[in-house]
Amino acid sequence: MNFLRFAARRLLEMAATLLGASFVVYGAMYLAPGSPASFLLSGRSASPAALQAINQQYHLDDPFLVRYLRWLGQVVRGDFGRSITYRTDVSTVLADRLPATLLLVAMALVIVLAAGLVLGWIGAVRGGATDSTILVTTTLAIGTPSFVAAVLLQGVFAVGLGWFPSSGAGEGLGDMLWHLTLPAIALALYLIGMLARVTRSAMLEALDGDHVTVARSRGVPERQVIGRHVFRNSLGTVLTTSGLIVSTLLVCTILVESAFSIGGIGQLLELSTTTKDFPTVQAVSLIIVALFMVVNLVVDLLHPLVDPRVTLGSRRNDA
Amino acid sequence: MSATALTRRPGFGRLAAARAPLHLISLAVVALVVAAALLAPWLAPYDPNQVDLGAALAGPSADHLLGVDAAGRDTLARLLLGARTSLLGPLGVVAFSTLAGIAVGVVAGWRGGWLDSALSRSTELVFAFPGMLLAVLIVAVSGEGLLAPVIALAVAYLPYVSRLTRSLVLAERERPYVAAHRVQGHSALQICLRHVVPNIAPVVLAQSAVNFGYALMDLAGLSFLGLGVPALTPDWGRMVFDGQTAIQHGYPLSAILPCLAIVLTVVAFNVVGERWADQVARRDPR
Amino acid sequence: MNALEIRGLRLRLPGTARPVLDGVDLTVAAGETVALVGESGSGKTLTSRSALRLLPTGATTEGRVLVDGQDVLTMDAAHLRTLRTRKAAMIFQDPRAATNPLRRIGDFLTESVTLTKVMTRAAATERATELLDAVGLPATVLDRYPGQLSGGQLQRVMIAAALMGDPTLLLADEPTTALDVTSQAEVVALLDRLRERFGTGLLFVTHDLGLAAAISDRVCVMYVGRIAETGPADTLFAHPRHPYTAALLAAPPRLDAPAGRLAAIDGQPPDLRQELTGCAFAARCRLATDLCRTRAPEPVAAPADPGHLAACHHSELLEGSAAHA
Repeated sequence: MNFLRFAARRLLEMAATLLGASFVVYGAMYLAPGSPASFLLSGRSASPAALQAINQQYHLDDPFLVRYLRWLGQVVRGDFGRSITYRTDVSTVLADRLPATLLLVAMALVIVLAAGLVLGWIGAVRGGATDSTILVTTTLAIGTPSFVAAVLLQGVFAVGLGWFPSSGAGEGLGDMLWHLTLPAIALALYLIGMLARVTRSAMLEALDGDHVTVARSRGVPERQVIGRHVFRNSLGTVLTTSGLIVSTLLVCTILVESAFSIGGIGQLLELSTTTKDFPTVQAVSLIIVALFMVVNLVVDLLHPLVDPRVTLGSRRNDA
Repeated sequence: MSATALTRRPGFGRLAAARAPLHLISLAVVALVVAAALLAPWLAPYDPNQVDLGAALAGPSADHLLGVDAAGRDTLARLLLGARTSLLGPLGVVAFSTLAGIAVGVVAGWRGGWLDSALSRSTELVFAFPGMLLAVLIVAVSGEGLLAPVIALAVAYLPYVSRLTRSLVLAERERPYVAAHRVQGHSALQICLRHVVPNIAPVVLAQSAVNFGYALMDLAGLSFLGLGVPALTPDWGRMVFDGQTAIQHGYPLSAILPCLAIVLTVVAFNVVGERWADQVARRDPR
Repeated sequence: MNALEIRGLRLRLPGTARPVLDGVDLTVAAGETVALVGESGSGKTLTSRSALRLLPTGATTEGRVLVDGQDVLTMDAAHLRTLRTRKAAMIFQDPRAATNPLRRIGDFLTESVTLTKVMTRAAATERATELLDAVGLPATVLDRYPGQLSGGQLQRVMIAAALMGDPTLLLADEPTTALDVTSQAEVVALLDRLRERFGTGLLFVTHDLGLAAAISDRVCVMYVGRIAETGPADTLFAHPRHPYTAALLAAPPRLDAPAGRLAAIDGQPPDLRQELTGCAFAARCRLATDLCRTRAPEPVAAPADPGHLAACHHSELLEGSAAHA
């Protein structure tokens, strides 16, 4: 079947890009000035014997390609090596920290979709002063980086009003939801503005279509005209944007998790970067890139469902 | 048909008028910020790193117009000098990515063939790395300093410029004047540099203007994480980070001010950049 | 009762110096076909759309537009919806643009009657199937998307859609312009057949004089927001009483002329930003006198035929003259 063949081809493409990404991620660490061993010793001087032992343990004497392939082989089996800071397997560290990040991203995504679509809808349909207000608000939101939103929200709602905790991820689902509310809003703010803009302009474009006039001329109630013929027609654009939304969410977790000290993989990346814990940096980067590509794949596969004119494999945004 | 012209949403004209003041305000903010960055050393009332611990977390006063941060440094001085770092970084990102992006795009669009597909492939690979992630990776490797994150972000932004350039060059290549110059024996390089690049420049530069705001946000985020900008250099992102502790102690001013500076500057550059892009698009519908 | 009766319709738009429609009178009797002919910008589309109160934003109106005896311009929202679903329906110029590419044909056909609760889903689907059969399309089309049909097929779908609520008035706004020549003839024949079968009045808006002559009982010629001449199709074409009609007939559209345009008559229609005194056609008219430039002519019936009216001070000069002047 056509669909399966397309999915298989996209999966292969994804694997190829992922391979390239893994090479970049590993190669970048290799290019770091100074020998990895000196990072491991973090500046302390060591006896030649100790250096020898470290080189042995991390296979630092092998040629680059051999080391890359060995690392890749392990990664494929889910083994990202040992974290230098945490002295345990990177995969264990990741498993500990991934749930908080995924929950945070999911919450933020729900907020972005709900608020972005509603604001875009209202702006496009109402017009006038409401629309101008929404335009100005979304312009401000688009200019607010997530860490700025994080610090301001923290100051007002956590420190000032005391409604929410100012740091940590909490224990158990209910507590986690409570802890992650402010971070999720901070993460979402910029993207709400962006999605509202995209939805608004897509709906305005659809509103200009003759088929909308036709539906009205046939007595279709206005609410259904907007829902079935305007909003429905803007969904393709929204879907295309959602790939970008998820990738931005993933990356901005680095900032927001640091601001709220949420022990997710975002903060892990920040900490392991400052401590030069390369195996952990590699693992987190690769996971973020992989998640991003999975999202893009899902978007591509869903597109024909949203827009019957799109046959699999033809991307409308290429035009 | 007369009817199609009439059924247009009448809101449009009015909306454009309503947005004009926003545009003017944004232009003023851009001018103000740039002026502050240029004149900072003369305007700043104190050395940005001069510590007056006795005055730490003090509110606005005649001595310190915008108060003092938790480490006892004058906020106004740090804001003014921070404007330099905060604008210089994005400027570098935009300059690098525009120059390299135009070069890559022109070569890919003009030459086509294997070179084009090779460049497109690597473009896709770069797209897979969100800019911040690439910057974090490179900073992890290179350590402190503004240059590494600027180059990383320039690489991350390059595909946006090169892809745009490529499509513009593809359209430009088909125009009659190009064939005319070829017949007259001008070399491809001459035609590209003298005619093609100047013709597509407005559109590409508009894209770069829009990129400036994004680069500012990304770089401020990096310095918020303590990556990139050296510790003592005043920088808005770093000031937000420093202010976070002040907030915890109930003195939000030294955090709110750099937040405002970032938001206002980004919004101003976005509005000006998008307006420019709109105008270019209207003048030159492709 | 007449299917459509427009009396003294005057329509103004913001930013124009004179009414876009200036005292239009028009009648379509039950079961009758009337052709409304005019150039682009003459107001023929606005006139036909007024029957559904599909007016541009900011438009103000005077006069009356009666569909099935009820005034469209003043009725409340509920009555307007009933009018649009059950009494009058429009077939649009470009069927490709008029259908939502993301929704199935079946959905398109039934949405007006099901969403307004006129019919149940099942009854609506049954009627849609019957009507598709009447326009010569198989029931399998119901599950198709517009992108899977040809332009001619889609226009048949549009016609079926217009008939869904069993209207007393059909409005066809240049329904053949976007089609190729073969489909054009088929669609016109189909419309005529269906009008007879369902007994609906048909207002056929076109710029094509030949088509108007072929399909209609009566013809209205429109110029710059006014009805220049109206009369039975055969007499109007044989003995035009308005210089504009005569000029149109003297210069039949060339085959290679761009669609949507009448053949060239010297000069341009007056600009909407200028006020008009006197006859709108005066500036382009061979017969124009000072009277024409100062006083607008009222429609006057021909001595021999009270149903043949022309708004011209000098229509007696054209009396009896052949079209090919």
